[in-house]
Amino acid sequence: MASNSSGGGSDRQRTAQQRLSIIAGHLQRPVDGNPAILAEECKAQESKPDASSEERRVPRRRQEIMKWNGWGYSDSRFLFNKKGQAEFTGKRYRLSGMIIPGLKDWMEGTFGASLQHKAPATPILNSNAIQPPNLHEAFVEELKSTGIPFSHDAEDRVFRAHGHCLHEIFALREGKFGRVPDMVVWPNCHNDVVKIVELACKHNVCLIPYGGGTSVSSALECPHEETRSIVSLDTSQMNRILWIDEKNLTVHVEAGIVGQDLERLLNESGYCTGHEPDSMEFSSLGGWVATRASGMKKNIYGNIEDLVVHIKMVTPRGVIEKSCMGPRMSTGPDVHHFIMGSEGTLGVVTEVTMKIRPMPEYQKYGSVVFPNFEQGVACLREVARQRCAPASIRLMDNEQFKFGHALKPQVSSIFTSFLDGLKKLYITKFKGFDPNRLCVATLLFEGDREKVLQHEKQVYDIAAKFGGLAAGEDNGQRGYMLTFVIAYLRDLGMDYYVIGESFETSVPWDRVLDICRNVKARIVRECKEKGVQFPPLSTCRVTQTYDAGACVYFYFAFNYRGLSDPVHVYEQVEHAAREEILANGGSLSHHHGVGKLRKEWMRDTISNVGMGMLKSVKDYVDPNNIFGNRNLL
Amino acid sequence: MTGTYRDSGRVGRPAEEEDFVDILEERRRSSDLGHAFRTFNPQPYKGAPPSSIAELNKAVLESQYLRYVAKEIAMETGSSEENVRKEAGAILEEMSQNLQLGFIRLMGYTLTKVFKRLFRSIYVNMEGLNMLQQAVQESPVILMPNHRSYLDFLIISYVLFTYDIPVPVIAAGIPLAGMKIVGEILRRSGAFFIRRAIGSDKLYWAVLSEYVRTIVRKGFAPVEFYVEGLRSRTLKSLTPKLGMMHMVLEPFFKGEVFDITLVPISISYDRVLEESLLAHELLGVPKPRESTKGLLKASSVLQEDYGCMHVSFGRPLSVRQLCEGKMNRCQYNLIPRDLPQKPTAEAQACVSWLAHLMVRIQEEGFLISPWSLMACVMLQTPTRGLTEEGLLWHQLTEKTLWLRKLALGFGARLNWPGDVPDSDVMSSTLTLHRSIVQRKAGRVYLVQEEKPVRKHPIGPEEGVMRTAAAVLMLASYRNQSMHVFVRPAMLATAILITKSTQRDELLTFFSFLQNVFSTEFIFIPGSSSQDFEEACFLLKKCGAVRISQQEVTVSDGGLEVLEFLQKLLQPFIDSYQLIFRFLCKEGVHVFTEKQLLPAVRSLATKLILSGELQTYEALSSDTQKNVLSALRRLEALTKSRASEQNEYNVNKAVVRRTGDILCGKIPPQMLQATPDARL
Repeated sequence: MASNSSGGGSDRQRTAQQRLSIIAGHLQRPVDGNPAILAEECKAQESKPDASSEERRVPRRRQEIMKWNGWGYSDSRFLFNKKGQAEFTGKRYRLSGMIIPGLKDWMEGTFGASLQHKAPATPILNSNAIQPPNLHEAFVEELKSTGIPFSHDAEDRVFRAHGHCLHEIFALREGKFGRVPDMVVWPNCHNDVVKIVELACKHNVCLIPYGGGTSVSSALECPHEETRSIVSLDTSQMNRILWIDEKNLTVHVEAGIVGQDLERLLNESGYCTGHEPDSMEFSSLGGWVATRASGMKKNIYGNIEDLVVHIKMVTPRGVIEKSCMGPRMSTGPDVHHFIMGSEGTLGVVTEVTMKIRPMPEYQKYGSVVFPNFEQGVACLREVARQRCAPASIRLMDNEQFKFGHALKPQVSSIFTSFLDGLKKLYITKFKGFDPNRLCVATLLFEGDREKVLQHEKQVYDIAAKFGGLAAGEDNGQRGYMLTFVIAYLRDLGMDYYVIGESFETSVPWDRVLDICRNVKARIVRECKEKGVQFPPLSTCRVTQTYDAGACVYFYFAFNYRGLSDPVHVYEQVEHAAREEILANGGSLSHHHGVGKLRKEWMRDTISNVGMGMLKSVKDYVDPNNIFGNRNLL
Repeated sequence: MTGTYRDSGRVGRPAEEEDFVDILEERRRSSDLGHAFRTFNPQPYKGAPPSSIAELNKAVLESQYLRYVAKEIAMETGSSEENVRKEAGAILEEMSQNLQLGFIRLMGYTLTKVFKRLFRSIYVNMEGLNMLQQAVQESPVILMPNHRSYLDFLIISYVLFTYDIPVPVIAAGIPLAGMKIVGEILRRSGAFFIRRAIGSDKLYWAVLSEYVRTIVRKGFAPVEFYVEGLRSRTLKSLTPKLGMMHMVLEPFFKGEVFDITLVPISISYDRVLEESLLAHELLGVPKPRESTKGLLKASSVLQEDYGCMHVSFGRPLSVRQLCEGKMNRCQYNLIPRDLPQKPTAEAQACVSWLAHLMVRIQEEGFLISPWSLMACVMLQTPTRGLTEEGLLWHQLTEKTLWLRKLALGFGARLNWPGDVPDSDVMSSTLTLHRSIVQRKAGRVYLVQEEKPVRKHPIGPEEGVMRTAAAVLMLASYRNQSMHVFVRPAMLATAILITKSTQRDELLTFFSFLQNVFSTEFIFIPGSSSQDFEEACFLLKKCGAVRISQQEVTVSDGGLEVLEFLQKLLQPFIDSYQLIFRFLCKEGVHVFTEKQLLPAVRSLATKLILSGELQTYEALSSDTQKNVLSALRRLEALTKSRASEQNEYNVNKAVVRRTGDILCGKIPPQMLQATPDARL
């Protein structure tokens, strides 16, 4: 992994504060609203956002702070104000409270959408539309006696009946509810989970573990064929850090903790895990383990499988865990790998020991503009070959670059906009970049200051060989900020007849360009054939580099006016796109998982024998299918 | 299967209702130089930036693939890698095209002159051209014309140049490159040259395939090649060759391009420039070598009238769509795409299917001339009748008009002018082909070739050969429309030979015929039952048969059609039987192709003279070769391994049995159970 020399314990407090501001840079609106100072802000030394130390855990009643039919916090959303300008509400993000002048034109130009044509969501969750719970009396009675909190309130149940696939959110916006869990339980600790699983086995009740609810693989959908009472096991209250081992740099955590809380609490002690999936505001540690998650800074810290030292999982057969915490073992196939990626089909992950690192001393964003996507990919490949990838390096294609541009908040000073104009002039006129072909890579460097600067130079030198021009920290930072707000943007699109989603794959280096071109073209062709009136947005970015390949993300959205069953069209196109990915040597998933959405391709993906292996594990661990979400197999 | 891709709107429509435009008309009215110097500004393929020829060749030589193969060859031969790569460079130099606009203009100028002299008109369908114009911008395009004459070679480039569409690079046989000056002109007009009989020359294959793939991948220019591989000597479509087809498709299979567009092109001639040359070649007179001198000598042919030429651009077809469900592209996931890899059975089957499909679509795009129908009719008369007694003109007219109706019903595209009385059409057709037939006193006779005065009188054998040349020319023109009739004709044959009415029995025999004749005619692999259904449908449509769930019965008055169709196929059946008979003779066990051809020819001559054999087509080397490949398919012949020069072993039992089935001695009920029939 890239260099990240130890930070030293003495400065810990100070580093912690830096780290907080870094997270704030990702997530939060700065204390001072002036964007001109923002670029400095994220590496500023002394500012300490006041929100950080307060307890901000996920409440049992998620509806108190989160939307029931869209992404994220209730107070944060995009809307078009009375002047017809796009605006992001709330106070939580950098973009909050800002006007985004370019968004309207971009939406109209890209999708043929219009502010005149609104497709509003059902405003209120109507509890009467939800089927009454199918409770298992004896199970409920015994559960009561354990004192573990539970609920069969309709809202609670609806919140745990879905992830964030397009069809799931679309149905909610229309006020349609399919099968939802019959009750929700909130265990407080490992032992609570043991009790719940025992009771479920005893009474043959179906359990579906629920962490952050950010699944995009239909993993949380209740299987239609399930006739038993379904109990959603919400781990959100199991969110404590149990201990930190500074000698071995590990932390032992309850698996229900969500990413931002884990980082915040660790930062207070001067540490971090460095695991930052795009969903880290809401997704949980247990969920990461269950889906084999990947974080944007994996180049330094590794993916979840590299970070995990010890896992405790409760299964119908009992508890599985290893007897020691040796950093590597040769003890047959690693049983952790039965757990990682099991997607809730084998049991509930309750506690995890994972690696931690001292917080980095210094963090710096950056960006590079390339004349075209081909050059950009060649540069990333070279960076990977030299194994000098920064904490994060992502390459957006031209469409996404334009999209990012459309999301630029209003500039406050004439000077900034003048500078922007100059930059544009330099790149397109002086350097001869075609604005319809150029693309941009965003970078994030982390470590001690010296090394970061050295590393930065190395990467920019490589980029220069491929015609890349440094395009400033601000562009880079905005790129990462978009990661967190893009999910909110989908809700805005849906208000105006635009639906879309992202999906991902991993692919060998030599196929990256081909897969990007072919999948994007396939999406466009399929949309046309399915009667979509306007050309869709079909774009991609390379988000992770590995020695032998890369992770590619596709975004796909279209204006569905004139279609009678837009979700069906969407699903057909996504299905075709996945077929195309597989035909081009891409994997079924890099980190989203299989869930129920991609089950049909599992056999081809891992072979008959592979399926048999997984199935025999399931049959042994959970012969009565108590963990009956029917993902994966 | 083909039905889906056929241009159904076209079926049965007389050609003149389509948007054919005579491109020579404009040339006759305006300056040839003006045309040659027209602004040429085509819309290129948008997927790839344009690259120069030097860049193209460099990309080929430096490809991972060639480097790998060079290393392998160096290991095998003990020569140095550098030498192997030098050799590859030399091969590429010999092969590479050097497309230059200036030479396209020169070519345009010359061709205008030549075409205006040879042809009354050259018709091109504008609809097809417009679709092509669109297609070249969207994906790499493969132009796939049929090959009947040397004139095919540059006509496509000429048309595309005239209509502002990027001119293609064209796969050509290496003999053309050897022609002085002309070779270089062709090269600069976009031809690239491929050696014949590459065999197992690994390096050559590697350079060629990488060259072709690179052109496709880069969308450098449309690629034009003859999927039939050779010029058809019989004017019948040839079984497609798969090597080149596989090369052009591979970039799609491997995901290197999103899609590839195939454009079948059907070129039809009223009269083929090389008609007599081809007939003589079939009779064993070697073809003259391609040389500039020969070309100049041949300029005497420029004095004659060759009627019209039709170039019909088919609907562009998406390989992606065609291959859906036929080709699992994941098979390329586990080996780096740059490495040489034997195509899987699935890939081969898919390539073969596509290649056959393209040839079938070419066939459907042909314009059938009145002459071709007349040839069909004339060949129903015994040859002696044609040479000596002559055929009554009014009989010929009547039967040809009858056949025209039948052909239209079968979906043929006819080139039969509607604004002229039918008798005039046929008279002028006869005039155009006066080198083959002549009308004297209300009768039509086959023209015998005039020979220079000889010292000794012509022997009977020589007489046979002279007649044969004329018959084979006539047969070639009949062949131009065989694809229209062959399916119903096989069903008619099945009905008449088996005397069965049971659908399943007829299908069995039909499939047997298809298997025997699958080198002779184009059948798309695996669509035997569709072909059978089509044949049933067509015969029912023209009122020849009644069809029920289980049965196919001859309707009243249907016999005329059936017998006509059977007779159309008869020369082929007779020729096959003759060779079967030869192979079953005592003393024939092992033979080479070189020995077989003259032996069969002399047997055939003997039998023709004795009146035992009706058809002269048994003399054609093409027929003989087709029989050999049919017998190999039926495993009646096996190549002996030891020999170097294609030695065959005969399994007489199988040959005899095949002959017996073909003449109806073994009823179709007996076929299903036997593996030999290979159904």
